[in-house]
Amino acid sequence: MHSNKWFNILVPIISVIIGLLSGAIIMLVSGYNPIQGYVALFNGAFGDLYFFGETIRQTTPYILTGLAIAFAFRAGLFNIGAEGQVIVGWLAAVWIGTSMEAPMYIHLPLALFVAALAGAFWGFIPGLLKARLGVHEVIVTIMMNYIALYSANAIIRRVLTDSADKTETIASSASLASEWLEGLTYFSRMHYGIMIALFAAVIMWFIIERTNIGYELKSVGYNQHASKYAGMSVKRNIVLAMVISGAFAGLAGSMEGLGTYGNMTVSSGFSNIGFDGIAVALLGANTAIGVVLAAFLFGALKVGALNMPTHAGVPNELVDIIIALIIFFVASSYIIRWIILRFKKEEK
Amino acid sequence: MEYVIEMLNIRKEFPGIVANDNITVQLKSGEIHALLGENGAGKSTLMNVLFGLYQPEQGEIHVKGKKVNISDPNVANDLGIGMVHQHFMLVEPFTVTQNIILGSEPTKKGKINLKKAEKEVQELSDKYGLRVDATAKISDISVGMQQRVEILKTLYRGADVLIFDEPTAVLTPQEITELIEIMHALVAEGKSIILITHKLKEIMQVCDRCTVIRKGKGIGTVNVEDTNVNELASLMVGREVSFKTEKKPAEPKETVLEIKNLIVKDTRKVEMVKGLNLDVRAGEIVGIAGIDGNGQTDLIEAITGLAKSSSGSIQLNNKKITNLSPRKVTESGVGHIPQDRHKFGLVLDFPIGENMVLRTYYQKPYSKYKVLNYKEIYQKAKTLIAEYDVRTPSVYTKARALSGGNQQKAIIAREVDRSPDLLIAAQPTRGLDVGAIEFIHQKLIEERDKGKAILLLSFELDEILDVSDRIAVIFDGKIVADVHPDETSEQELGLLMAGSKTKEAGDHHAFE
Repeated sequence: MHSNKWFNILVPIISVIIGLLSGAIIMLVSGYNPIQGYVALFNGAFGDLYFFGETIRQTTPYILTGLAIAFAFRAGLFNIGAEGQVIVGWLAAVWIGTSMEAPMYIHLPLALFVAALAGAFWGFIPGLLKARLGVHEVIVTIMMNYIALYSANAIIRRVLTDSADKTETIASSASLASEWLEGLTYFSRMHYGIMIALFAAVIMWFIIERTNIGYELKSVGYNQHASKYAGMSVKRNIVLAMVISGAFAGLAGSMEGLGTYGNMTVSSGFSNIGFDGIAVALLGANTAIGVVLAAFLFGALKVGALNMPTHAGVPNELVDIIIALIIFFVASSYIIRWIILRFKKEEK
Repeated sequence: MEYVIEMLNIRKEFPGIVANDNITVQLKSGEIHALLGENGAGKSTLMNVLFGLYQPEQGEIHVKGKKVNISDPNVANDLGIGMVHQHFMLVEPFTVTQNIILGSEPTKKGKINLKKAEKEVQELSDKYGLRVDATAKISDISVGMQQRVEILKTLYRGADVLIFDEPTAVLTPQEITELIEIMHALVAEGKSIILITHKLKEIMQVCDRCTVIRKGKGIGTVNVEDTNVNELASLMVGREVSFKTEKKPAEPKETVLEIKNLIVKDTRKVEMVKGLNLDVRAGEIVGIAGIDGNGQTDLIEAITGLAKSSSGSIQLNNKKITNLSPRKVTESGVGHIPQDRHKFGLVLDFPIGENMVLRTYYQKPYSKYKVLNYKEIYQKAKTLIAEYDVRTPSVYTKARALSGGNQQKAIIAREVDRSPDLLIAAQPTRGLDVGAIEFIHQKLIEERDKGKAILLLSFELDEILDVSDRIAVIFDGKIVADVHPDETSEQELGLLMAGSKTKEAGDHHAFE
């Protein structure tokens, strides 16, 4: 029998390699040098400390949305609503950050807490509807994404500003920005958020693997009948899973609001941080450590890609296609899993 | 040629184990041939080799004297081999005919000719006395009829050899009798049958010959006429097996469970338990006999808190437990071996060790301040696994990977270990082999002798008669008779279960 652990590591690695190879083929066919392209990608992500700082900066919210989706997955729920939960978390964080004055040790934790709370609330609604009425969480969360997007736009325009397109910048007492980290990385936008994200990963691991809550959530995710028989409240666990998942996603939003940008802009479309989190969670096999590694890969791809047009002459559109291909193969790791199993069978 | 199918010296290996080691099965034309073996002996593997799902490492398969290579189930189909699976493969919202033609639809310019198919299916059904309505929806018909649809499916595809995989596991006694008649009718029409089973009585009743497999090895083939149940059992298990469970007479004490005028509705709001009264006393085993669908499941779900009762009362040790949550019921002293062990009894994707604390994980010492102590959990699991002889590679193995018998032993270990005042065992030996059945019956009687109250639900009359101290017959949501196992017979129970007769303990005056 093959070892399960080994298999779980091999599959994502092969997925990434196939993704890179197919990206190379696209570049070749289009008349660009794939080696040059990937060197540019790599340098764009890790070439010097500035790029490395930016990669970490991009990784931070990915860890949190990845955790959000992975957490819900473990309880058998598909939280497509991470995107909306990011938006409400972002908005809540910026709101607290711009609207009050307080010493940093109150202001920053409060802003983070309210962001998590907002995300949790945005997860609570679909959780409650699922538990009470059996409404499928995918439908509700998709709709909640749109509600979040357009409500946030309206609030920025009408409440937080006077018809402006972006909010004021948050008070420095609520900011995650770090001169020290910026200085260390040639003035990238890297901020303290990465520590919060890594801490959240530890929390997720602890809840899922070590507590009663985690045991119940996994049990409900695997088998609701047996969970009920065991005396667990299936409904309570569904709501709880969505609330905790939403809180992680809300925190992801605050990383952007309090760290990277320090404000929030009216937006016509989604940030995709929440949607990319789905692929991060899948690639990370819904485990805390897996999510951290997968988020790092996605952060590197996203940041590194910015360097491809300038240094390898690969046009932006093509870069998007290549990145999408890599993500596609990563996300379809199930197909790879199947192919490997097939291969093993043939060998026998 | 005398043999329709010959499987010669078949060897099939899986990583780490040899599932089939040099097994030979020869099926004569027109016979019913049993394939007997314990759970996990390799019966299903062998049949999957014949059906083309697995390729054997060694050995040959001959069909009607010709050597063949069955590379996939389509080849098996073309050779006239059909399989009636234990778990039906039917599309519920489709009709009988739609299910039967699925995959080989008779079409005319891309349009399915359903009328023609329906006629064919109906004719086929009538020919073999299957009494299936070709236009009925699968979701509307009984389990027994669904099985007959599976049989029709193989016949429609032109099967000459039918493999039945544990066909009686899901059937009521009446349906089993009907199935046996159908098997005889099939053989009379020239079909040959392989019956996979571990039920010895059935083999004695219907089969001509029997091939025994033990731990992957072919033990031999015997003529059913020349053998008896005891010999078959010892061939299968490899040691002497006792059928009559040894037990002292019961010494019932105070009433533990008292149910009065209980009414339970199912999820469709249909009344399934209709004013039921039942007592179970400490130190006795009360067996509930009845045909599936007469309210047994709803009764047990109501007692255990999995379903709400709409009126009446349930008392445990003189305390009301009506409509308490499952956890409250468990904590007040009820153990429950559920009817469907995969659905309710286990979280199959959890390690077996974690399944051992499924009902107690939140209590000390397994959990303190809501943090689990896995060391304690696995320590406990190891003790239970050793004590109840649950065979598993380790406590970290997923419950899914264990055989049915070992899964059931694990559930029994978990439930009995809490030492509940009332132990509800719903079909505790369903689908298990004689060795495991013996073990489970002994455990139930041990608990009884410790002064616990046991409520046993079973569709196997043998089991009810053998293990119970008192039999409560359930019909149409009510207990219609209370009889002593020594003073009744299978025939009488059968009539009571069918509702055609009512009777109270010890007296023969029928009452309405």
